[in-house]
Amino acid sequence: MTSVTLVRQIRARPSTVFDLLSTAEGLTAWWGPDDLPVLSAEADVRVGGRFRVRFRSIDGAEHECAGEFLAVEPPVRIAMSWRWTSGGEPEERDGVSRLELRVRATETGSELTLVHAALRNAASEASHRGGWGGALDKLQALLEQQL
Amino acid sequence: MANNSLGALDRAFAALSDPTRRAMLMRLEEERELTVSDLGRPLTIKLPTVLKHLDVLSAAGLVSREKQGRTVKVRLAPDPLKAAVDWLNRYERFWTPSLDRLVEVAEARESEAQAAALKDDA
Repeated sequence: MTSVTLVRQIRARPSTVFDLLSTAEGLTAWWGPDDLPVLSAEADVRVGGRFRVRFRSIDGAEHECAGEFLAVEPPVRIAMSWRWTSGGEPEERDGVSRLELRVRATETGSELTLVHAALRNAASEASHRGGWGGALDKLQALLEQQL
Repeated sequence: MANNSLGALDRAFAALSDPTRRAMLMRLEEERELTVSDLGRPLTIKLPTVLKHLDVLSAAGLVSREKQGRTVKVRLAPDPLKAAVDWLNRYERFWTPSLDRLVEVAEARESEAQAAALKDDA
């Protein structure tokens, strides 16, 4: 499975870090590739709840990514499905990926691990056929098999 | 590669997960074109195994095969590999600055919280 993994050491408690991952206000403070303010963020932080973040890139284009929370375990883990709902990468418009953020307490604060994974085609197809309801259960089951 | 880009990527990465197949690709990168038996020779694996690996590489679109008389010539086809690398680069470009900012904000909030706690104690 194609995935990007990034790790950061942070001089802050896991709960401080987790707040930034699990509130709309927190997401607004850091999300996006360029040093520009996030335009809007919504997050219904519970399993099955949705998030949506809209931001502008440096070329002026607006992008929006959205998805559903698949796991919420404060202050150690949050996972969500991810798709571009506008802007982003045109060739991925139909693709669903999965974002997971894990926080671990360390001597100096926290270690944050981000994993963004492209999904297997079968899983993303299943989710499209069924729409965003029950298909996500299937999607989640498939993902958990892969972990 | 519009709608099928993730499927193609998965096949490319699955194909790349095997060290023998990576070795084959690296040789093809150096030699441009090899016959099936040339490709298997330095790897000390039997011909059917070479063919099996080649099937996986072909299905992922990483190599192309062409029959020339009695031999089959194999070449590197770099497009899916490029798609895989593009995907990785794109999200690394997205998340690296985001996470740098997250670290900054988290550390600033932590210092503020600690300063506030000290003030409360005083």
